[in-house]
Amino acid sequence: MNKELTKNFASGHSACAGCAFPTIVRTILAESPDPVVVSNATGCLEVTSTLYPYTAWKNSYIHSAFENASATISGVERAYKALAKKGKMKKKIKFVVFGGDGGTYDIGLQSLSGALERGHDFLYVVYDNGGYMNTGNQRSSATPYGAATETTPDGKESFGKVEMRKNLMEIVNAHHIKYAAQANVAYLADLKKKAKKAFETEGPVFLSVFSPCTNNWKFPTSQYVAIAKLATETNFWPLYEIEDGKYKINWSTENPKPIEEFLKTQGRFKHLFSEKNKGVIPEMQRILNDEWNRLAEKNNLHSV
Amino acid sequence: MCASVSCESDYDEKKLIIRFETTRLDSRRPLVEARRANVIRIYENILNNSNKKRIALAGGYAAAEALRQVEPDVMAVYPITPQTTIIETFAKYKADGETETELIEVESEHSAMSACVGSSAAGARTVTATSSQGLAYMHEVLYIASGMRLPILMVVSARALSAPLNIHGDHSDVMGARDAGWIQIFSENAQEIYDNTIIGMKLAEKTKLPVMAIMDGFNTSHCVENLDLLQDAQVRSFVGEFSPERHLLDPENPVTFGPVALQNSYFEFKVQQEEAMEKSKAVYLEVAKEFERLTGRKKDFFESYELEDAESVIVLAGSTAGTTKDVVDALRREGRKVGLLKINLFRPFPVEEILVALKNAKNIAIMERVISPGTFPPIYNDIVAGLYQQVTGEKKNIQSIVYSLGGRDIFAKDIQKIFADLETEKVTKNIKYIGLNKA
Repeated sequence: MNKELTKNFASGHSACAGCAFPTIVRTILAESPDPVVVSNATGCLEVTSTLYPYTAWKNSYIHSAFENASATISGVERAYKALAKKGKMKKKIKFVVFGGDGGTYDIGLQSLSGALERGHDFLYVVYDNGGYMNTGNQRSSATPYGAATETTPDGKESFGKVEMRKNLMEIVNAHHIKYAAQANVAYLADLKKKAKKAFETEGPVFLSVFSPCTNNWKFPTSQYVAIAKLATETNFWPLYEIEDGKYKINWSTENPKPIEEFLKTQGRFKHLFSEKNKGVIPEMQRILNDEWNRLAEKNNLHSV
Repeated sequence: MCASVSCESDYDEKKLIIRFETTRLDSRRPLVEARRANVIRIYENILNNSNKKRIALAGGYAAAEALRQVEPDVMAVYPITPQTTIIETFAKYKADGETETELIEVESEHSAMSACVGSSAAGARTVTATSSQGLAYMHEVLYIASGMRLPILMVVSARALSAPLNIHGDHSDVMGARDAGWIQIFSENAQEIYDNTIIGMKLAEKTKLPVMAIMDGFNTSHCVENLDLLQDAQVRSFVGEFSPERHLLDPENPVTFGPVALQNSYFEFKVQQEEAMEKSKAVYLEVAKEFERLTGRKKDFFESYELEDAESVIVLAGSTAGTTKDVVDALRREGRKVGLLKINLFRPFPVEEILVALKNAKNIAIMERVISPGTFPPIYNDIVAGLYQQVTGEKKNIQSIVYSLGGRDIFAKDIQKIFADLETEKVTKNIKYIGLNKA
């Protein structure tokens, strides 16, 4: 493999073929001008990259538990400051957290909030695959409306998850951080640009990256980029930035594709096309349109 | 020629500055030299005697002072009664520029211990403090700290656990953490928590094991007592520099902390941890010896108080040792063969040494400020298990006692009664609850 590409995250990890996060990790870390220390929440990335006695990490790495990756990096970052103040640390180092949506939206939310509020100098990256995939596909608060998971299955009286996704970007933005952005593994140039900007910004910064899961979304391993692309083209996953509180949409179209285009590529939405669930997709489209309109409004407010 | 000698004690109220200057050489020089020598002698006397400096402090403040003196790089702080005096005092040190320590004001104890794990893995000297629910909330991360062999020091003001809610002292919290792979040292009073905090820091870094220095919530943390303090420089030189072999902030030597270890390797990790724990007993004694040389204060696995010929013996840990010693003194004056074994080091548990110390005891009461629903409390279980393993020796009558849960007072008369029961062999196989209100 390309040596430059694998300078932080080596080949030989045991992530599934067609998994998005190796690309996300490599693309983001390649933009750091300095050596990095990674703190990783428990999850797919962690278990597939650090099976003792092997590690895929060529930079220093720490995994503590599921919910505390942000608190852990808080300690690392302050240790760095303390040692630098005493002249024991001369080199610049960047601090990065990777967590899945379960470790970020749900169990790790308090730890993330605390670290953002305290203003530690670190980048938090959530690779969002919309559920607890490492434990076998259970719903998280990032699971989309209508998706079938092992804990929100389709059934005689159920069409899958009934709640809307939590809007984590808004929660993060409420911490007054200087830079937060939503990106997608299918738009690597955009992801690179955002990672670069994140590393150039002092203080806490946040990237939310769309990360398809071949196993539990149920699609062929060759399709993860195509499906990720559809997520943005249907406005399911808009690409945007919040810089100093100002919104900027990075990609848009006059004619977004209907949500069916995205849904029909994945087994987790298959049940929505049945007669029993025929009202769900229009409702999903309505939710999506509302969300987009809210986002577009914010964008316009500041784009003058 | 210019000479200047200054001596500043660590405490403002006793600030002493001796300044001595000459600006020219003249015929009075021999006199000046003599005076200077005299001043230096005074200065040295002050320095030499400074470890005898007595000051009145509550246990929480004594612990905070010791924490300042060990010069941590990072301290994670989160408030909980009755620990709060420690972090408040430390925050004031920071606000007054008396410490360089980076404080992380985390949003929970779970994050406090998590930040400590990050900081210690990054190669920084790391401390925190907690109590009760806070320690329970950290529980998951306690195992991660010890499993990663991180020398974190934590002062605990031991307190009851909810429900029902109770903010007062007992040992429920620390006993609940006894299998978490931390060295646990109990303290009787303000002096001991001060000493154990300093000893704990050195012990942690020498053994690569995290250490809890424990005092009784309120009984010790909020009780003002006289104690001897060391000078900053003495503590600094005692604990030395922290320089771990591997840490996260060395980009040339990257390291992975906290990997996945499955059926083929997890077991070995855990057994190695146990071996380190076993070895830490000898290291504790070394550090204790060194501390004794510095302070004259003897530290051991446990304190034997009138134990040599004692037939009736109380075993306990923590602040009730003070009252018990008074009772032992009074009963000894009556010629009664009573004694106390006060446990200092609880994890690792020095069971063999304890059994040797108890060899002459016939009747033993093991008093604990913790209840273990469904079984006997921990110290009883540990000692009885040890006795059962012994091939030789007479059978001993051992009474398990639970007392002072949730800060319930215990009095000298209660201890006298316990000794009287031991002496008359009123020893039962059941747990006795002391000070319990009658229904």
